[in-house]
Amino acid sequence: MSTKVYIPCDTGALAAGADAVARAVADLVTAHRLDVSVVRNGSRGMFWLEPLVEVETPRGRIAYGPVTANAVASLFDAGFLDGKPHSRCLGPTEDIPYLKRQERLTFARCGIVDPLSLSDYMSHGGYRGLDRALSLKPEAIVEEVANSGLRGRGGAGFPTGIKWRTVLNAAADQKYIVCNADEGDSGTYADRMIMEGDPFVLIEGMTIAGIAVGATSGYIYVRSEYPHAFGTLQRAISIAQESGYLGPNVADSGRSFHLDVRLGAGAYICGEETALLESLEGKRGQIRFKPPLPAIQGLFGKPTVVNNVISLATVPIILDAGAEYYRKFGMGRSRGTLTIQLSGNIKHGGLVEKAFGLTLREAIYDFGGGTASGRPFRAVQVGGPLGAYFPDSLLDTPLDYEIFAAKKGLLGHGGIVVFDDTVDLAKQARFAMEFCAHESCGKCTPCRIGSTRGVEVLDRIIANQDRAKNLALLDDLCELLLDGSLCGLGGLTPLPVLSALRHFPEDFSKLAPPQPARTPLPPEATETQPWR
Amino acid sequence: MPQKGSTWNADRAILRIRELEHLPGALLPILHALQEEFGYIDKAAIPLIADALNISHAEVHGVISFYRDFRDTPSGRHVLKMCRAESCQSMGCDATIQHVEGRLGVKLGETTADASFTVEAVYCLGLCALSPAVMLDGKPYGRVSSEIADFLIDGMQRQK
Ligand SMILES: Cc1cc2nc3c(=O)[nH]c(=O)nc-3n(C[C@H](O)[C@H](O)[C@H](O)COP(=O)(O)O)c2cc1C
Ligand code: SF4
Repeated sequence: MSTKVYIPCDTGALAAGADAVARAVADLVTAHRLDVSVVRNGSRGMFWLEPLVEVETPRGRIAYGPVTANAVASLFDAGFLDGKPHSRCLGPTEDIPYLKRQERLTFARCGIVDPLSLSDYMSHGGYRGLDRALSLKPEAIVEEVANSGLRGRGGAGFPTGIKWRTVLNAAADQKYIVCNADEGDSGTYADRMIMEGDPFVLIEGMTIAGIAVGATSGYIYVRSEYPHAFGTLQRAISIAQESGYLGPNVADSGRSFHLDVRLGAGAYICGEETALLESLEGKRGQIRFKPPLPAIQGLFGKPTVVNNVISLATVPIILDAGAEYYRKFGMGRSRGTLTIQLSGNIKHGGLVEKAFGLTLREAIYDFGGGTASGRPFRAVQVGGPLGAYFPDSLLDTPLDYEIFAAKKGLLGHGGIVVFDDTVDLAKQARFAMEFCAHESCGKCTPCRIGSTRGVEVLDRIIANQDRAKNLALLDDLCELLLDGSLCGLGGLTPLPVLSALRHFPEDFSKLAPPQPARTPLPPEATETQPWR
Repeated sequence: MPQKGSTWNADRAILRIRELEHLPGALLPILHALQEEFGYIDKAAIPLIADALNISHAEVHGVISFYRDFRDTPSGRHVLKMCRAESCQSMGCDATIQHVEGRLGVKLGETTADASFTVEAVYCLGLCALSPAVMLDGKPYGRVSSEIADFLIDGMQRQK
């Protein structure tokens, strides 16, 4: 039997040089006529170890990483095909503490299976959720999701079961399931990883949603910055069609569900669900007034479930293992697991799926290992560009929707971006305003014009002109944004701005001229960069 | 892979539009297809699309101008997208961007005089555990210091 070697094809792994490693392995295999088959899997989510190469042995999968193309020959010499020691050997993959301490429910298969092998998917528990759903009445499926406590992972944390119930109860000749794969928040990549590493789980989740609410058509809206995820989904959808898991007769149930994937076009605002629907309809991505809710009048005016990738990809495990099983994880009203994404200036950046309740400190230090630069920690932004900046004194906050809101923060999509002491929070606050101006859909005046004013006001504060007057002006502007915005872009921009001001006032009161440039230096090049 | 050649051809454009016009919400798929074919969306495409979808010229133009992806002039032979969102900021992307702007003599959003490079800002590539990140002609690269950016640009310049 041939030896199986796993080399990820996740975009993150590619960015670290996985293709060059795959070529080097293929060359040696051909040259020595070895009986080896290479699987391009998704990523395990330990990006500081990418490219992470695994080999299947009688002891289980053994990991090596980070592997460079240049190191491949020495791996073969050391006998890595038998899982033998090498300076880059990490031992059995499952025993790596970073992975071992996680609770991988949604990501149970990611990095393990061949993303485009339906048989791999099935032998790792795939489509058991759909099987069970097909044995239930639509109301019972919706109840199961409601009882699991699942809340939308796209940012707003709205209970998924309630949304589905609204669509189920809406009478219409056509309903839709729309998957929000716009993942625009800096610091987040969980959607991308699951689409590239386990696309069938998203397809299964959307199919269950369709059967639950009576929708026969679905769309996945993927941002154009994710060309690899787009390609993987297209292939996975045609495989599911050919195998009878999508189409007029899903798994011989007599139910139909059709799925299509569409590409966004570089607009952050299209992550907001109504702008996304406009964009899918072929229009400018402008926010719609609510009501009507998309659940009543969504895509092409029909009742529509809009859910984030992770929300939908979590549905199969809920149906398979049961609502009770899922809701056992978590704390308070935040049930199940959060897919935390450790990003920015962090030593061990990657995906950590853990029950809600882990503290920020545990995430950043126990998993993340502190800053990448080795300099002292100074700030963390949780929840994307509209999330708050927290200082060290707030690091014991547990990851929980309500507790974060109480501390004037946002869990959002679970992105955690760490900054060391070279960060200038006045600059970050300015960027938040700049981003709002840049991405505004233009419908509300405070967001369209106020944000540009905000940049100017912050520039004057940074330059120490009329400080008191400009700080008061900034407060007014933030209030205007809070009150006068139709959506979260304008409405939440005050969060990063005011949290920076509240927790790091010293950065706003430097005497002009500003201190010497504090731009953090880019990292030293590492040998994991194969193009060197 | 360098960007595609960009000679506008109405017949080819009509073919691509025909392939897609039946889709619900066909406008974005059509615009992506035309941009893939020609590297940009020629003004002459607007009436063709408007006719096919039975919408006004102004509507087509409005959509093209709303989305950052769609360009109305050809890009350079190589497109370098540099992330300047928070995660990459925390790892010093500003310094890398400044370096690249200086070396190529352009600002983000511009194309070099010899049309060899277009440099664009992006806001997140989903590579935030490997910041700073860039994408060069669709290929992702992580931990891109100024030195690595030079290496990537040198590689493309040697190719020509
Ligand atoms: C400015 C803005 C950007 C958003 N971007 C995204 C996004 O990229 N992905 C996402 O899933 N939700 C995003 N949302 C939230 C969506 O509007 C919506 O709440 C979500 O798709 C619902 O799915 P869920 O309940 O499964 O989270 C955004 C919201 C706002 C206001
Ligand atoms: S807040 Fe900004 S992005 Fe949101 S609807 Fe108003 S103008 Fe558009």
